[in-house]
Amino acid sequence: MQYIAPEKISDAVEALSQAKGSVHLLAGGSDLLVRMKGGFIEPDVVVDVKRIKSMGKIKKAGGGFSVGGAVSCAEMGDNDALKKAWPGVVEAAQLIGSDQIQGRCTVVGNMCNASPAADSVPALIAADAQAVIQGPKGERRISVAKFAKGPGQTSLKAKELVEAVELPKRPAKSGDAYLRFIPRTEMDIAVVSAAVSLTLGAKGVVREARVALGAVAPTAKLVPAAAKALIGSKLDDAALEKLAAACAAACAPIDDKRGTIKFRTRVASVLGRRAALIAYERAGGKL
Amino acid sequence: MSMLVSTTVNGDSMEFVCDASETLLDSLRDRMGMTGVKEGCGTGDCGACSIMLDGALVCSCLVLGAEAEGREIETVEGMSDGSKLHPLQQKFLEHAALQCGICTPGFLIAAKALLEKNPDPTETEIRYALAGNLCRCTGYDKIVRAVQDAAKVMNKKGKKA
Amino acid sequence: MNDDPAYTGQTFKSVGTRPLRPDGVDKVTGRARYGADFTMPGQLAGLVLRSPHAHATIKKIDISKAEALPGVKAVVTSQDLPDVTGGDRELLPILENCMARKKAFYDGHAVAAVAAIDMPTAKAALKLIEVEYKVLKHVTDVDKAVEPKAPVLHKDCFTRGVDPKPEKPSNVAKVSTFGHGDVDAGFEQADVIIERNFRTEQTHQGYIEPHACVASISPDGSGDLWVCTQGHFVFRQQCAQLLGMDVSKLRVTSSEIGGGFGGKTHLWLEPVAMALSRKANRPVKLVMTREEVFRASGPTSATSIDMKIGVTNDGRIVAGDATLRYSSGPWAGSWAMLGAMTAFACYDMENVKTTGMEVLVNRPKTTAYRAPSAPMAAFAVESVLDELAKRIGMDAVEMRIKNAAKEGTQASYGPVYGPIGIGPSLDAAKNHPHMKAKLGKNQGRGMACGFWFNFGGQSCTNLNISMDGSVTLTVGTIDVGGARASLSLCVAEELGIPYEQVKTVIGDTGTLGYNEMTDGSRGTFASSMSAIMSARKAIDEMRHRAAKMWEISPDDVIWEDGHARAAGDTNLPPLSIADIAAAAEKSGGPIAGHTQLVADGAGVSFATHICDVEVDPETGSTRVVRYTVIQDAGKAVHPTYVEGQFQGGAAQGIGWALNEEYVYGEDGRLQNPGFLDYRIPVCSDLPMIDTQILEIPNPNHPYGIRGVGETSIVPPLAAIGNAVSNATGVRMTHVPMSPPRILDALDEASA
Ligand SMILES: Cc1cc2nc3c(=O)[nH]c(=O)nc-3n(C[C@H](O)[C@H](O)[C@H](O)COP(=O)(O)OP(=O)(O)OC[C@H]3O[C@@H](n4cnc5c(N)ncnc54)[C@H](O)[C@@H]3O)c2cc1C
Ligand code: FES
Ligand code: FES
Repeated sequence: MQYIAPEKISDAVEALSQAKGSVHLLAGGSDLLVRMKGGFIEPDVVVDVKRIKSMGKIKKAGGGFSVGGAVSCAEMGDNDALKKAWPGVVEAAQLIGSDQIQGRCTVVGNMCNASPAADSVPALIAADAQAVIQGPKGERRISVAKFAKGPGQTSLKAKELVEAVELPKRPAKSGDAYLRFIPRTEMDIAVVSAAVSLTLGAKGVVREARVALGAVAPTAKLVPAAAKALIGSKLDDAALEKLAAACAAACAPIDDKRGTIKFRTRVASVLGRRAALIAYERAGGKL
Repeated sequence: MSMLVSTTVNGDSMEFVCDASETLLDSLRDRMGMTGVKEGCGTGDCGACSIMLDGALVCSCLVLGAEAEGREIETVEGMSDGSKLHPLQQKFLEHAALQCGICTPGFLIAAKALLEKNPDPTETEIRYALAGNLCRCTGYDKIVRAVQDAAKVMNKKGKKA
Repeated sequence: MNDDPAYTGQTFKSVGTRPLRPDGVDKVTGRARYGADFTMPGQLAGLVLRSPHAHATIKKIDISKAEALPGVKAVVTSQDLPDVTGGDRELLPILENCMARKKAFYDGHAVAAVAAIDMPTAKAALKLIEVEYKVLKHVTDVDKAVEPKAPVLHKDCFTRGVDPKPEKPSNVAKVSTFGHGDVDAGFEQADVIIERNFRTEQTHQGYIEPHACVASISPDGSGDLWVCTQGHFVFRQQCAQLLGMDVSKLRVTSSEIGGGFGGKTHLWLEPVAMALSRKANRPVKLVMTREEVFRASGPTSATSIDMKIGVTNDGRIVAGDATLRYSSGPWAGSWAMLGAMTAFACYDMENVKTTGMEVLVNRPKTTAYRAPSAPMAAFAVESVLDELAKRIGMDAVEMRIKNAAKEGTQASYGPVYGPIGIGPSLDAAKNHPHMKAKLGKNQGRGMACGFWFNFGGQSCTNLNISMDGSVTLTVGTIDVGGARASLSLCVAEELGIPYEQVKTVIGDTGTLGYNEMTDGSRGTFASSMSAIMSARKAIDEMRHRAAKMWEISPDDVIWEDGHARAAGDTNLPPLSIADIAAAAEKSGGPIAGHTQLVADGAGVSFATHICDVEVDPETGSTRVVRYTVIQDAGKAVHPTYVEGQFQGGAAQGIGWALNEEYVYGEDGRLQNPGFLDYRIPVCSDLPMIDTQILEIPNPNHPYGIRGVGETSIVPPLAAIGNAVSNATGVRMTHVPMSPPRILDALDEASA
């Protein structure tokens, strides 16, 4: 195996283009090295993005934020402005693994690993985040909601890499939240998860909403029907019930070692409802 | 492919040669003799291999040895000040926060990272901050108490200074 | 010399204090050497190839390509570990487990191994070994394995313990029954009878240190083995026998041990490492990965237990009848037997019967895990008792107090008890502030009792007094978590010197006679007895030396406060150990005390646990919010480490109760061989664990010591089950009580 640590994006793209055999990008390594250890992959070339300066920063961009692909989740948690604007995204990022994992892992890695249970992804989808992709043909953007194609599969083309994720500008009276269910209190992969982002209009009525679920389908998914249930409401019981029903209806999970279809479907509704209430309060809504 | 890596471990410059796919945990243990860094799982789940890498708490089993180039590493071997134990080490002993002791190096490093960031953590904060370190012997009770007590001692010292 | 091990009721100076442990500094500085921390010159890296099939005939293994790879120094299969046991029923399965012979019996079963100059080469070699399997039907479920149509693991397995011998082979290897009285007549007297089936899933000891060893076998038939083990003398005995070596020519050195809990009482890698070393003629290191630890080392039994108990309306247990099926992996064990023996051990019962069935399944060989087999049986008994108490409207603690065994009670497994702690632990529970504390919303409180036998057995110790009067105690039992401190305390007590002057070390197998392992909570009980006797012998010797120095009769020398004193009215100033030791060269040479004994009468142990849980009714998630352990320690030599044992066992029990389980797929493969999905409790899962140590002296030990290590894992399953029941109104009969199981139970109850 060959290890390369470029310092510029262009060099990284170049390295990807030149490399022979199986090439893997390395961000925090908390997925990649686990797969190497298990013998699931045997890379010929590993391209470490952590020495690319521009990818190591959280930048204010277009009124929103750009989180570089080498920014660790711990660093996201240390950024007060980001935390204030997108508390749900940051809490999702900070649920990944332990403090040790936090010191390394990235939301870009989380996204690129394309696990249906990835914690930051539903929150990024609810936030309507965009992925900034660099490749031999230059830069392109894609919505995080469309990024994953299936378990372990992304819409990245050969020789492309994700430079950053961009979080849009936040209108006033907005809030987001992310909740996951795990059997323990920490160190588990989500059995099911839900993210809600909303913006309030006059008198605490929900004006805009996005709801996303994780671990209930081959990829994390946006649930427009659940968002619709919230829009125009003040999160009264009827709206929450509709939201819960929409969440359950959107579930197409599997039975596996981490959870059953029945359990996931049921708890998706519970988490959707609970996350909506937290997001609502964060947006300044009063129940 | 073999690589020559220059790094700093507990303040000392070191060089080692490793295969590019080797983990930093293996490099520390097998090339640099730092067997205080333990392997409990090799997959980031147990925290026994915890080290500080450029000031960040990480699992050395999830870092490549090659990544250590030019970086600064702290391990349990560098924790005491000569023969004077770090307050955490001392309190772990006093509270019997170790039974078999295999998890101890990782806990000490993680607890040190916690107290550097948050000198006066609550019990809940301690428990969540140490959730990435597994201990099968103690039930964590005495570990949490040792960290609480060490925090107290360190804060007192901090105030005096 | 006084070699009577009887308890004398003496008052203590050192025993019962809480000094720092002698091995502590090495462990907080990273200096302590564990299994994988050792290297020998010229050492090779070893790796094991494991079966991906749950049950398969091994038709052919071709190692030629692996052997041809440059850097590979040895490849071994079962052919390199021929059966030299003479068909020994105990030994052969150990060998067969270490290396599959004709069949692979579980996912992870070793089929071959390599030793190479480095890890990448070993890995490459492993891939070049070609194994041809014929996959067979498998069975992993304990209930399915006893069904008539289940695939039979061994064609020559005819159930033992039943008369007449069955005509057909089956997966029930052995049946054992215990009890007394007339169970049917007992149930006739009952006002309320509850009968239920309980299931518990397979768990792993979950020690953080994977198995590791370095073996060096030389062509002259001698060898060295460095290994993390709970019993290096036992490992030496078995390894030598399995490899056809003279036992005394193999020296086994135990490393510091990173947890064992029973899982390191068994051989896994060691004979393989030795076979590799023998073939390569170089030292070989073998270290398991975490995945290998889960797939191929020591899990517990999975169980299915039919439990029936009857009580009268005034709360007297009139009969108990249980059938316990315990999985034991592919080879017979005594796991169901232990379950059958321990199930009703807490209670004084006139009519009791238990039947244990050892069930063979395509899972790794069951190994001891802290009070092996007792937690599952206690889960069934204590759950039904709680339910019965509720049915007759009696307080759960009161009902247990009413039925608690006491001195003179005939135990359900046979013997008559001496002084025991079940009654006192229940009284302590009744009066504990925890019992009266307020509960919050969705919370419930539960309690349960537990029992463990404790073992004693063969021990051998050396005590050497150095020329400066400081003392080295060499023991042959492994220190799994503070025993060296406790043993130093006992020696300090006996000699009458400060703890700091005694250093306890673990000797290798060349230094002492045979010692049994650190299991059955025997470490401190048996070794301390032997250490105390060694100290008494040294005192005797020192009295004689003092007599010589003073030129008086040894009968006129008494030992007091660490000094020899001349009896009667003399001007002779007392001699300290240092004084006597300094003159040793002139008085007869080095001073030592050596003991070998069989420690009998390890007093039985009882505990009562109280726990509060909070259950989220929407997700089924359960959190333990408060936990109290009350247990009899006989005498707590080092109370801090006794508390540690109580807390550690409780935490393991909590994990077992709530989230830990082996998940097998339809294909018979283990799906969760890692700490991410085999969920042992993390720090944030647990509250502080309160402890209360009771001291009911063991009459058979000079200081009244009982084993303390294991009992604390027995009550938690039931205590949590009872707490969940009190929080939600549903009775959980399947452990772990994971969120989906609790939600299902809630659903059923509301339907
Ligand atoms: C103990 C443990 C606990 C965990 N817990 C959680 C959890 O709670 N929740 C959760 O969601 N995940 C969890 N994970 C998984 C993992 O930590 C996360 O998915 C993490 O976000 C991955 O980020 P990384 O930077 O470490 O990724 P890496 O391992 O570096 O990369 C992941 C994948 O993305 C690719 N990649 C990396 N960077 C780029 C890029 N810039 N462009 C294109 N491709 C790229 C890599 O090639 C690789 O395939 C856990 C892992 C461990 C070991
Ligand atoms: S060995 Fe690195 S986390 Fe377990
Ligand atoms: S002390 Fe043994 S694992 Fe923590």
